[in-house]
Amino acid sequence: MGAAFPLAVLALWELLSRGGVLAEDGFSRPSRFFVAGAKALADGTLLAQTAQTFGAAAQALVIATVAGVTVGAILGLFRPLERAAQLTIDALRPIPSVALIPLSLLIFGFSREMSAAVAAFACFWPILIVTTAAVRGVDPRLIEVGRLLAFPLPKIVLKLALPAALPGILVGIRVAAGIAIVVTVTTEIVTNPRGLGYAMTMAAESLQPDLVWATLLWVGVVGWAANWALEKLPIRR
Amino acid sequence: MLEARGLSVSFGAQPVLRDIDLTVAEHEFVCVVGPSGCGKTTLLRALAGLTPISSGSALFKGRPVIAPQTELAVVFQDYARALLPWRTVAGNVALALEARNIPASDHAARIAPLLAKLGLSGDGDKFPSQLSGGMQQRLQIARCLAQEPEVLLMDEPFGSLDAITRQQLQDEVARLAKEEKRTVLFITHDLEEAIYLGDRVIALARVKGNLAGRIAEIVDIALPRPRQQLATREDPRFLQYRHRLFRHLE
Ligand SMILES: Nc1ncnc2c1ncn2[C@@H]1O[C@H](COP(=O)(O)OP(=O)(O)OP(=O)(O)O)[C@@H](O)[C@H]1O
Ligand SMILES: [Mg+2]
Repeated sequence: MGAAFPLAVLALWELLSRGGVLAEDGFSRPSRFFVAGAKALADGTLLAQTAQTFGAAAQALVIATVAGVTVGAILGLFRPLERAAQLTIDALRPIPSVALIPLSLLIFGFSREMSAAVAAFACFWPILIVTTAAVRGVDPRLIEVGRLLAFPLPKIVLKLALPAALPGILVGIRVAAGIAIVVTVTTEIVTNPRGLGYAMTMAAESLQPDLVWATLLWVGVVGWAANWALEKLPIRR
Repeated sequence: MLEARGLSVSFGAQPVLRDIDLTVAEHEFVCVVGPSGCGKTTLLRALAGLTPISSGSALFKGRPVIAPQTELAVVFQDYARALLPWRTVAGNVALALEARNIPASDHAARIAPLLAKLGLSGDGDKFPSQLSGGMQQRLQIARCLAQEPEVLLMDEPFGSLDAITRQQLQDEVARLAKEEKRTVLFITHDLEEAIYLGDRVIALARVKGNLAGRIAEIVDIALPRPRQQLATREDPRFLQYRHRLFRHLE
């Protein structure tokens, strides 16, 4: 049902293009870019670029989740620490992640890690902020239950605070997943000669609008699939 | 077993408990009654090591209670907040076994009899949200028993249950306390519940003027056990205890 709208848009696009309303060199035409996409899929280039881009995005998301949840849990549990860290967070957070590209390039060279590092920086903040708030919002009674059972602090965090905060944390991770893809593709367009972003730049420079469109829609489709998979994560509540 | 000596608690400048002296002997069932806001919950939390004491001391087996310890279990009134909604009934009980480092392979064998004891057999795979209020409170009690504490501290555990469930649970807790030989400190604002359950009833009241709670009277309850909802409550001595303690609740 949800597919009806995009399919209708593609059909209209095809019609407008054939009728000469949309310029072919810029807008291509659905029937053409499906062919271009199929060809890129068949010869393996598209899949290799996808593995590159989504591999970097996944790596970024994992790093940001581990770091963001750990720091967020600590700040959420200890109010004074949160207040102490607030200034640092407020100063670092507005740095546009793209501004870190030169630095990351210097450190990691032209590599997957270069993209992942920049994307991880961008993903870290929403996960950190959401985790801090979710852990701070955990019912103090649950923490008391852990204290009464004489659990050491790490166990109180793992067995009580984090599971109780999990629904909130998952929202943060889902938001961050989208950011990871956007930032990774951006780094590839701007500098890193790899992945889907670079593929689009090259296709545009060699005047292949069909391939630019095909790659762009492919990013959307795979991104949608990744988000769907994240939503379907088997979480018991 | 459990003792308060000159125990006082203040929140900021506001004194809440003044100079509480009480002793709960081993296997004794002691009830604390008092009007709302007189510091009953504060007293229980101080004895459990959850709330810091301003002066005096709380002692368990002669040693000061400065932090919570597994020998002292607390049953909270708001059972829903004390249960883990993401864990099943069995999983909630297992939490107490995990705290005692009991290997997971032994959990099932230990959980089953506890659930049976509290009438929750067959509900082990349900989640707390699928249980009635009375069943949720039974689950919290089961988890406290899984902790194998020597003392059960219960804070108005039946306060938010309907009258019929409350009576059932009163009898179950009285039976469990005797069978399992636990020491119980039971807080309630229901005078009849206190007399019905207690070997002793401690009346807490607020001092006029400074508002801090202190002990107004301690009464030994010489009613025969096992007690019965109808017969015990009709016993002339039951009514005498009621008359005697009632004035502290005004
Ligand atoms: N954390 C706290 N900070 C400040 N004041 C508190 C705190 N907890 C309790 N008080 C105050 O201490 C007094 C006693 O509270 P407590 O909860 O012990 O009463 P209670 O006898 O259990 O009442 P109830 O029957 O309504 O449960 C009240 O005046 C309350 O406002
Ligand atoms: Mg209370």
